[in-house]
Amino acid sequence: MTIQDSFQIALAGLQTNKSRSGLTILGIVIGITAIILVMSVGQGAEDLILNQVRGLGSQTIIVEPGREPSGPSSFAELFTDSLKQKDVDALLNPSNVQGLQDLTPAVMQVVPVTFENETIRTNVIGASDLIAKILDIFPREGAFFTDDDIRQKASVAVIGSEVKNKLFGPSDALGEKIKVKGRTFRIVGILPPKGQVALFDADDMVVVPYTTAQQYLAGINYFNAIMIRAESEDIVPRVVRDIELTLRETHGIDDTDKDDFHVTTQADAAERVKTITGILSVLLVSVAAISLVVGGIGIMNIMLVSVSERTREIGLRKALGATEKDIMTQFLLEAVMLTALGGIVGIILGAAFSFLASLILSRVLALGWEFTFPIFAAVLGLGVAGLVGLVFGLYPARQASLKSPMEALRYE
Amino acid sequence: MAIIEVKDLEKTYYNDGVATPALRDVSFTINEGEFVSIMGPSGSGKSTLLHILGFLDEHTTGEYRFDGKTMSDYSKEEIAHVRNKKMGFVFQAFNLLVRTTVLENVKLPLLYSGVKSSLRDELALKAIESVGLSHRVHHESSQLSGGEKQRVAIARALVNKPNVIFADEPTGNLDSKSGQMVMEFIQKLNEEEGHTIILITHETCTAKHAQRIIHILDGKIESDTKVNHRYKARDHFRK
Repeated sequence: MTIQDSFQIALAGLQTNKSRSGLTILGIVIGITAIILVMSVGQGAEDLILNQVRGLGSQTIIVEPGREPSGPSSFAELFTDSLKQKDVDALLNPSNVQGLQDLTPAVMQVVPVTFENETIRTNVIGASDLIAKILDIFPREGAFFTDDDIRQKASVAVIGSEVKNKLFGPSDALGEKIKVKGRTFRIVGILPPKGQVALFDADDMVVVPYTTAQQYLAGINYFNAIMIRAESEDIVPRVVRDIELTLRETHGIDDTDKDDFHVTTQADAAERVKTITGILSVLLVSVAAISLVVGGIGIMNIMLVSVSERTREIGLRKALGATEKDIMTQFLLEAVMLTALGGIVGIILGAAFSFLASLILSRVLALGWEFTFPIFAAVLGLGVAGLVGLVFGLYPARQASLKSPMEALRYE
Repeated sequence: MAIIEVKDLEKTYYNDGVATPALRDVSFTINEGEFVSIMGPSGSGKSTLLHILGFLDEHTTGEYRFDGKTMSDYSKEEIAHVRNKKMGFVFQAFNLLVRTTVLENVKLPLLYSGVKSSLRDELALKAIESVGLSHRVHHESSQLSGGEKQRVAIARALVNKPNVIFADEPTGNLDSKSGQMVMEFIQKLNEEEGHTIILITHETCTAKHAQRIIHILDGKIESDTKVNHRYKARDHFRK
């Protein structure tokens, strides 16, 4: 008997009980639909976050104090004071770090910002004017503060478009005075709308000289971060190594495990995002997989009923020369074809639902969401569906193959 | 040449620990080309004997040699092969596949015998023609009369040109005219094609189509006699 014959026999078997076959595969359809949906939406979310991470620019390197957080409990270690001016000076020395193009220290705070009667809480970032180059955002009105402003700890500010709208509405803001944490700042530049850039919402921030932020706003003598731009993407790993060696030297660290700073690149950040979304996907897919097991048990149940109903047919086939293997193949193929069909329907439904989800997410939430159809998930889904049929069809098929032809023929 | 040799055959059924003897001390030999009827009232054990002879059931003790080889020496695959190639079955209840055409039903044994799919239609059509049902090839089995169904079953039984055809009360569910016609085909298979026929029946007039009648009562052979005046179904049918 050829495999083609086996397929034809199995297909004929399924066709004699269409509605039952349809209901039987429902569990598999739902399971595969859920898996495709979860994986597709998961992929979409990952792409969305990765796009934001990429907004950081592939040449950008961020140095933060404290160890790299290995879990939620160690986030407290971020708030340490290990990055100081001497580190900045050391990093700026070309004999320490080669290929460094721009560098700015950063002091970050969320504080109230007031203009006349209007007060909002927003991110106030103390940085140098080079932050414009690193974030690739330049004022549409006015200009960034200068080195002189930084040296003199001038009270000048560059504001994001959202901050401008909230405080000033349509009226002119350039040259106006705002109060940041009670201190008066003059607005010297207004940024264009840009949205999320790396760690910051560029529209909802106020940039001031880092020296000013340190002394008058935060009252600290260290930095929350040092942002660096390498000359090109290729040399990022080398620059990172130079940064690490330099900082270890200035901090007197000889054991890498005792680093009191950590360096993040776009590649690292992307890696972390992938890890997190990967874990989430596995979690959700496992939940969806439970429905596949339930579906599989349903298949087994129906196959057992079918085997018992078709006892006479089995007996006849054996009397006419079918081997145990022939009967086994027939029923196993029926189960696999059922679940594979369920898998295909599930993939189509899953794709349709995830497309719908992407429409809702991009229209309603106005995210830059893109529909992605995970080919991998589709192939996996089909494979898993077939496997479910194989596993849960095995027992009924074995039962069928073991029937004695005489008993089977006698069965009423 | 003997195709079937049975010696001291016994069959006992066990139900909940209670032993029920179905066959006792059965011995006979059937040669190739013979047409033998096995007769007996219901419950006499004749169907049990046919099932054992047809490799559909196993005996308890004694020896059964088919085609020169003891049954216990056949492997599972060989048993399936023998049922497929060397034996044909015609049952009282026809046992055709439902919602399946005449052609597909007759092709069924070919499916398990490794015949190339291109050849199957040809062989099946020939078998269907030989039982006079060429006009019914694409009808579903449920659309046929009882007599036609049994003729399809005969076509199915002979499509692989088996050595032995087992017929278990083939006329039991048929009216007398259809029964006569079925018996005509069975007899023709024996006389013209040389198939060995083993026929189970409880009707004397059906049994008399054979050359030899084995009577069974309470699981034992009561008599094993040659038929002096064979009943010729064809003569009767043509009259």
